[in-house]
Amino acid sequence: MDFKDTKWMMIKKSRQSYMLMLPYYILFFTFTILPVLTAIVFSFTNFNMLQAPSFVGWTNYTRLFLENEIFVIALQNTLIFAVVTGPLSFFLCFVFAWIINDMPPKIRAFMTLVFYAPSISGNVFFMWQVFFSGDRMGHVNGFLINLGLIDSPINFFRDARFIMPILIIVQLWMSLGVGFLAFIAGLQTVDKALFEAGAVDGIRNRWQELWFITLPSMKPQLLFAAVMQITTSFAIADIVTILAGLPTVNYAGDTIVTHLQDIGWIRFEMGYASAVATILFLLMVGTNKGVQRILRKVGT
Amino acid sequence: MAAITTGRRAAHQPVKKKEPKLAKRTKRLSRSTSGTVALFAFLFVFGIFTSLPIILTVNRAFMPLDELFLFPPRFFVRNPTTSNFSDLFIIMQESWVPFSRYFLNSIIITGFGTLGHLIFASMAAYPLAKNTFPFKDALFAIVVLALMFSPVVTGIPNFLIISALGINNTYLAVILPAFAAPIGMYLMKQFMEQIPDSLIESARLDGGSEFFIWRKIVMPNVKPAWLTLIILQFQALWATTGGVFLRSEELKPLSFAMNQVALGGVARAGANAAVIFIMMAVPVTFFVFSQSRIIETMATSGMKD
Repeated sequence: MDFKDTKWMMIKKSRQSYMLMLPYYILFFTFTILPVLTAIVFSFTNFNMLQAPSFVGWTNYTRLFLENEIFVIALQNTLIFAVVTGPLSFFLCFVFAWIINDMPPKIRAFMTLVFYAPSISGNVFFMWQVFFSGDRMGHVNGFLINLGLIDSPINFFRDARFIMPILIIVQLWMSLGVGFLAFIAGLQTVDKALFEAGAVDGIRNRWQELWFITLPSMKPQLLFAAVMQITTSFAIADIVTILAGLPTVNYAGDTIVTHLQDIGWIRFEMGYASAVATILFLLMVGTNKGVQRILRKVGT
Repeated sequence: MAAITTGRRAAHQPVKKKEPKLAKRTKRLSRSTSGTVALFAFLFVFGIFTSLPIILTVNRAFMPLDELFLFPPRFFVRNPTTSNFSDLFIIMQESWVPFSRYFLNSIIITGFGTLGHLIFASMAAYPLAKNTFPFKDALFAIVVLALMFSPVVTGIPNFLIISALGINNTYLAVILPAFAAPIGMYLMKQFMEQIPDSLIESARLDGGSEFFIWRKIVMPNVKPAWLTLIILQFQALWATTGGVFLRSEELKPLSFAMNQVALGGVARAGANAAVIFIMMAVPVTFFVFSQSRIIETMATSGMKD
């Protein structure tokens, strides 16, 4: 009883703090938390937006895994995208930030722009369509024909063998985002005295320096950037739809998100789409939590 | 060898250790030349790879139509022209909804969406960064959790919620959810933590309300973070097409109209190249001018245990 009273007193004392947070959190709960809960609830129903939803138990989930071959392909593709582009982009973000960290400020700023620009430049990824265009006007086809390696142009985005590799390249190209900036900033705040102390303690080269000094002092940024890269790598959709179409040839490049858009916005099976959204939510949060646990061990 | 020598020298002269000049030299001596060459070669190759599409975008925007359809394909423009931009202008004037309307919509959506986000997110970030109160950790943890899934997850239920609120097909359907974006609030809170407590304490002793402290003490001290929140939100809203939330043509933003031109195919290849250039130039220019402030904010972005 006593404990409850003091807690209530503290809440009353912090009234002004709560008032400051209220507008943000009302909107946050309405448009971020409530939708997740709604998706979970609707995933157990049959709902087409016209009639009231009816409870169907696990049917949507069993249908997804047992009857929907496309979903299984999309799930596979999503996992391939995530497993390849997630760690690789995380690695690239760090390595580039690390290399340019020693450069003079002006050059560092320019290199930051070179690597960060793709992630903020909107539709520029459309240029990959120009590079890999299916006719002779495409740069890659033109190049290969000139070399005499192929006789007729390859239709890259209509050939199931090429769709995934090209999309992975495009995704990697545009994946140096906020996580990359966090690394650049983090590297500049690493205490310089540590390097010197390390030299005294017998650190011989830059690789040892990286492993024993830089990485452990960058742990907070590693955790943050991992979240950013993982979340992005599971949400790949726009580049697929715009470059390879919806659906892609033989569903070779479809992801959970494009599949979600297909059944939600085109077929209006909201219950079914909610089940897909719930699975995606669990995949993203589960992977993030797991990777966080691993990364916390860096330097220990 | 080099590292050992410096190590010894530093050990023998511990007083000099604090001089920044020596610290710099110690660092450089411990690096091999071959390693440096390899790393820079790696950086160079990837730098070319990332900038190719951007260089191509710039070149194509100024290419006359005959150069756009050449075999072998041309990478650099030979006879630059601005005709693609005038073509785009003509297409936009002929569109059913006047071009100025799309432009106005984009200004309203990005302007209000960014401003509201900055105000609400930093109002919430201040108590979380500087005060202690019940449920503080849980309130922040749930925002961190929100960073772990992307808005695509919430797209469909959000449509239902926005319809239920009766704001579907209004600007609010795009602006209100943008106010509550988790990333801006997260970065702002992390940045505010480094404001000295003494600054806030003295204002509190003078009898200032929390709102007053936020407005007069905290906000002026976190200007680099303002810019970061502004650019992140600006980018997101600048690129949004409104999707299912803005169905009326007269509410659609510029990016939607631009995409329509871009989908015009071969017949509009010139205007298309100009569109991609414009959509890229705005956020990139914005970033060029705010880069150092953003990096400053990102220094505090890390997740602590």
